[in-house]
Amino acid sequence: MDATTLREAAIAALLLVGAAFALVGSIGLARLPDFYARLHGPTKATTLGVGATLLASALWFSGRDSGVSLHELLVAGFLFLTAPASAHLLASAALHLGVRERSRWLAPWPRRPAAPGAEHPLERPAHAPEDDDDTR
Amino acid sequence: MTLLSGAIAVALALLGTALVLNVWRLVRGPSAADRVMALDTAYINTIALLVLLGIARDSALYFEAALLIALLGFVGTVALCKFVLRGDIVE
Repeated sequence: MDATTLREAAIAALLLVGAAFALVGSIGLARLPDFYARLHGPTKATTLGVGATLLASALWFSGRDSGVSLHELLVAGFLFLTAPASAHLLASAALHLGVRERSRWLAPWPRRPAAPGAEHPLERPAHAPEDDDDTR
Repeated sequence: MTLLSGAIAVALALLGTALVLNVWRLVRGPSAADRVMALDTAYINTIALLVLLGIARDSALYFEAALLIALLGFVGTVALCKFVLRGDIVE
């Protein structure tokens, strides 16, 4: 296995890992139960996925005729700087709108006692009304 | 070469699925903050997709578009969040 094959294998692995992380973040965005839980997927997993993809691109274009190519890392650094800022703004916008968290998704600390009719503190009692996402 | 082209095809499929999920969240909502977050995730996934196309076509042109989207996407997210927060962008 020569150096070119090794480099292409590394690029392929980085591309697959990056795309898988981006997909996991988007699945989290689509499937998690409330806004504040959904905020985790894009801000962490997707940013890491794009970082791995940009690293693969830097590795690929470094093997071209123009020598070492590092300007992909510029985009990666910019995204890593701006993702927390935009997540903070999104959270404050949701707080301003009054988006509620789904109440029994995780028990707040200190753990509240089990609701009547439920065996476990995290469990929704059988007769409780379904508190759906509030539509605004 | 065949290993790399296979990986590119699989990564294209994964990123396409991710963008479809983002559009689903954008349509469904339910709050305005959810829609802004879906747009934010969509532009980040688009950067990955463009970089991937740049590798697949072996062209450095796609990188310029990815850099532009990275810069303007953040500005767009900030503007939309400010609009949700204040009801106005430029006060």
